[in-house]
Amino acid sequence: MNMAITQNAKIIASEPDPILGYRKFKFGSFTFERDMYFVHVGWPKGKHTIEVDRFLRAMVRDIGWGFFYGWIFFDDVFGTQNHYGTVDIFAGTYSRGHRDTGVDLLETFNTDDVRVAFETISKNWINEGYDPLRAPMETGSPLGPKTKEASGPLIRGFEPARRMMGLPGDVSPRSDASGHPINRAFADMDFDKPTIEAEPGFEGKIHAFNLYDHIARADVTWNPSFTSITRACICCVTSEEHMLPVIHGNDRNEWFIQLTDEIHWNIQDKNTGNPRGRIIMKSGDVCAMPADIRHQGFSPKRSMLMVLENGTPGLDEKYANGELEPFPITASRW
Amino acid sequence: MTFKTQMGSLNSYQKGSIELNDDLKHYAFSNIFEICNKSKPYERVMVVSNLEYAAEAIRAEGSSPWYTAPHDEFAIVMDGEIEFTFFELTDAEKPSHTHGATRLKADPKGKRMGRVIARRGHEVILPQGSAYQLKAAKPSVLLVQTSMGPESVEKWSEICVLE
Repeated sequence: MNMAITQNAKIIASEPDPILGYRKFKFGSFTFERDMYFVHVGWPKGKHTIEVDRFLRAMVRDIGWGFFYGWIFFDDVFGTQNHYGTVDIFAGTYSRGHRDTGVDLLETFNTDDVRVAFETISKNWINEGYDPLRAPMETGSPLGPKTKEASGPLIRGFEPARRMMGLPGDVSPRSDASGHPINRAFADMDFDKPTIEAEPGFEGKIHAFNLYDHIARADVTWNPSFTSITRACICCVTSEEHMLPVIHGNDRNEWFIQLTDEIHWNIQDKNTGNPRGRIIMKSGDVCAMPADIRHQGFSPKRSMLMVLENGTPGLDEKYANGELEPFPITASRW
Repeated sequence: MTFKTQMGSLNSYQKGSIELNDDLKHYAFSNIFEICNKSKPYERVMVVSNLEYAAEAIRAEGSSPWYTAPHDEFAIVMDGEIEFTFFELTDAEKPSHTHGATRLKADPKGKRMGRVIARRGHEVILPQGSAYQLKAAKPSVLLVQTSMGPESVEKWSEICVLE
């Protein structure tokens, strides 16, 4: 495995391409350029091409998730790994063909440097009318030459609740007033409010809200929002449509609870990428995603998914060094 | 084009499938409605376990015991309608254990905080420092984000798909 560490890396932008209008970028040992259809990632011993829609959908989520828990594979070759303070950018490191021929590269950067680099690339390459956080049927095309840069926020839908959404002083659920109408795919659902009757002096101490209403109003897909947190246990909910535009490699166990409709998950070995099979989750199904897999979801209809994460610091190292087994229910508990 | 959202319930649910070249125990695949069709009222069946953290599937039917936990818990109603009543704990009632829900030995003696009536899709905080009781006129289903505690029931071999 070819590895490098680069401190205080700055992204370097070229002049705009005279024909297509996009800039090329250099960050550490990696280069990034796009044309009408594709993104080309280069490094000293290799080059790799990714379809532009897939690349941008992956990149803006990687930024928005703060590089998430573990590995974010943009595809089978290129991606990032979060070390919670530093981030690896890799190309071919988990692809046997690249690794065996020695053309892979994994380069470690400070997290903030990667975030700035990815934001810079995304801003230059996303045109108005294309929103990579929306479902494909709800946005325009990323193809073609540069037109006008999109002016809206690249990242949204991920403002985390600190204790519970809707409590006084905490993040508010989505609503008509916040500019989030019910999505077309959930227009058949009824959304009523819970009844809350607090005794004098306990207003704001007891609380409830319509979680499904909040999810149904999401204008983003595959982009979770924290709704409730108890100690380091984080409840995230998301609306999912079309495909998860990354392959997520787990550095810890996480759990999925399918609230509505269904998602089909492809499961792969985390290190080799070899297929392990598939899981179809329907409403009410619960399934662990162990710490030794990659997974990618496909949602034929927009659906609601709940994810329970364990955000305890240092868990990634305990799973990586074998202190913890890579699955949640140990043998003696069966 | 109109959409039809699929939502499971106690009376009607479709379970998905798991086809893996791996040990299925590692995935602990189950279905909340199937579990609650077989559970006793207010049996707190663990469906999620992530080190000390857990989620429990609960069949709500009639009145529950009084519970408390040394941390916040969060309940999501998955089916039916459930009434949550809250009382503030007195110092003598505050739990001495560290994780998960436990039963109070008697009815709470502190101030009444209020109540919440919640239906499918509603999320309710079960706040630290309170005792809570659940009531459901008809069988209903609840998922609770919590930690593994004295009331947690583990029966993974019964609830999970293993082949």
